[in-house]
Amino acid sequence: MSEILENIKTMVIQGKPTQEDEGYDDGLIGKPGVVELTESALEDSIPPKEILDAFSDAMEEVGRKYDEQEYFIPDMLASAEAVGSAMEILEPYLLQAGTEMKEVFVIATVKGDLHDIGKNIVSLMLKGAGYRVRDLGSDVGADSICDTVEQEDASFIGLSALLTSTMQEMSVIIQELESRGIRKKVKVLVGGAPLSAEFAEKIGADAYCEDAFEALKTTEELR
Amino acid sequence: MRKGIIVEPTERLSIDQIKLIDRASVEILEEIGLFCSNEEALEIFNSNGAKIETAKEGSLVKIPEKILRDAIEKAPEHVLLGARDPENQLPLDAMVPRVYYVSGAEANELLEYRDGSFHRKHGKMADLADSAHLAEHLDNLDAFIRNVNIQNEEVTDENKDVLKFFLSLDNCTKHVMAGLTRGDSLDEVLALASHVAGGEEELRNNPLISFICCMVKSPLQFVDDTTSTLIAVARSGMPLVTSSSPQGGSTAPITEEGMLAQINSEILAGIVLSQMVRPGTPVLYGSVPTRARLDDLLDSYALPEFGQYNVGCVQLARYYRIPCYSTAGVADSKIPGVQAAMEKLLSYLYVTASGPQYLHYAFGLLNHTATFCPLQAVLDDAQIDIVKRILWQPTITDERVRDAIQQIQQVMGSSTRLFARHIRKSMRAGEVYPGYPFGSKGDEDETIEKAAQRLEKIRGLEKKTMEPSIRERIIKDIKGLHIIKEKGL
Repeated sequence: MSEILENIKTMVIQGKPTQEDEGYDDGLIGKPGVVELTESALEDSIPPKEILDAFSDAMEEVGRKYDEQEYFIPDMLASAEAVGSAMEILEPYLLQAGTEMKEVFVIATVKGDLHDIGKNIVSLMLKGAGYRVRDLGSDVGADSICDTVEQEDASFIGLSALLTSTMQEMSVIIQELESRGIRKKVKVLVGGAPLSAEFAEKIGADAYCEDAFEALKTTEELR
Repeated sequence: MRKGIIVEPTERLSIDQIKLIDRASVEILEEIGLFCSNEEALEIFNSNGAKIETAKEGSLVKIPEKILRDAIEKAPEHVLLGARDPENQLPLDAMVPRVYYVSGAEANELLEYRDGSFHRKHGKMADLADSAHLAEHLDNLDAFIRNVNIQNEEVTDENKDVLKFFLSLDNCTKHVMAGLTRGDSLDEVLALASHVAGGEEELRNNPLISFICCMVKSPLQFVDDTTSTLIAVARSGMPLVTSSSPQGGSTAPITEEGMLAQINSEILAGIVLSQMVRPGTPVLYGSVPTRARLDDLLDSYALPEFGQYNVGCVQLARYYRIPCYSTAGVADSKIPGVQAAMEKLLSYLYVTASGPQYLHYAFGLLNHTATFCPLQAVLDDAQIDIVKRILWQPTITDERVRDAIQQIQQVMGSSTRLFARHIRKSMRAGEVYPGYPFGSKGDEDETIEKAAQRLEKIRGLEKKTMEPSIRERIIKDIKGLHIIKEKGL
């Protein structure tokens, strides 16, 4: 593996997305992060697939460190964020090269609800795992979500809500998917504090995810 | 040196209240006095200006205020407690509220967790060795006081002291403290410690052992044999604790002022004797006040008054500029669990906050100190970790405030607006508590099982026994240690 790919792996493991990020290791202050290194690698004509593989290898290492309790959630999120930032640069190159990529995942906090911490964490984790995440933000209605699913040919939808009053909106979105005839094309994952597996089943979602880890695990299982 | 934790001391008593207790103690020592049947102590007190009166029950020692003040003046403000590993030394400074956590008691009963339940037994030599090894590897344990009463058939009053000091020193490189079963075993124990330290002078420079002298039986009576021990230890120049443990409601008044006036008098009487024997004797103000339970009159270390008594004593020791040996972390509960956790945590938190230099009884003690439980010691280590973090002094500076503003600005400019990634630097600097190690996310309480796993892991860690040639020589030279080999320890 070339030196630049090794450096990319190191910086993903360090969770350092950009040169200006302070990271946690003072020895790396001012050194290029994953974004700058990815740009340099592309300029050096390193195949995008090899860069993608470097991300994947590094995230596996991060997962191993987490399992061994050397890393904690903040480390996982930092590494996922570093990969996510670089994926925005890499994705067009991967598409152009016809590289097989992971699916598009549309994620949003539903209409009437502004709580987005959980959704943001899931979004980061999915990006880190290589999914092409389309994060629509918070207070997002059924039309916007369904439009994006159609335009992006998405395979997954992740819906988040923190309020008992807003979680009912999830049912509206699933009905809209049905009415557009695209329900079977996508898997719908739901999560948020007031939700339960029973609620997910009742509204016809494919899965209830208790936390970000379960969201990622469930997505991998449903592929 | 070990770091311990420096706190901003909680001051329960006002300076006027401290002075009231001090005056009360002066009055007790001058006018009520202490019974004393130890002839040598009576002679020392008499020749140094104390008054000896004959009462119906025996001799009474009365200490004039001037003699008391002179002795307090002579007692050092700084006491170094050495260690086999010099990195583990404890420099105690009476005016610096740096708290060190220490084990303690000589529990008759050992409580082991096995196959999902607790089992009681009498402690043996192997158990003390195991406990010292555990102490070596508990991060928050700063010094080791033997906590298992060794009850093998071969252990007698003649060999018990050398055995307990040897087993402690051989399995733990931290400071080792104990009381002596017999005062006349002091020379053998000091010879043992000299071997470990590398010579007599080395032992003086690095006093890796020290002695607890419970010279007083409350109320106000010098005990013959432990008073002899105090005199002998003071002559040796080794550090010692003059310890008193009255029980509020039975052997001392239950009121805060009554308890403090009496225990202070008892501890100071021991300090006076130590300074009469050898001015400048390194001495710790040993306060172990307890309160009588109202249902069975047993010592309680977990009632609210226990914390009040102890914090008052810490303040008195600071007033006299003498390092304080204080007490926290004993449960009335007989087994680990919710009750034990509650009882221990409250005393750890309150007594630590007052800033004693040497906080003993802090690991594994249940059942009013009658039981030592290694698994509980592991749980206690985790509790102390939490307490230390609660009481850390704030580190807010202009530079750190600027950094915080910059961090907030950065996160506000990001798409996720999450601060999680910024935890990492603080986490690696040890500034962020990682989480209770024995917690559970499910509906089952897994605390005991997880602590048991941790204990087993520690038991598998390397033993830092003495260098083999030194060990061999000690076993050969020190009378009574041949049993070590016979027991395969």
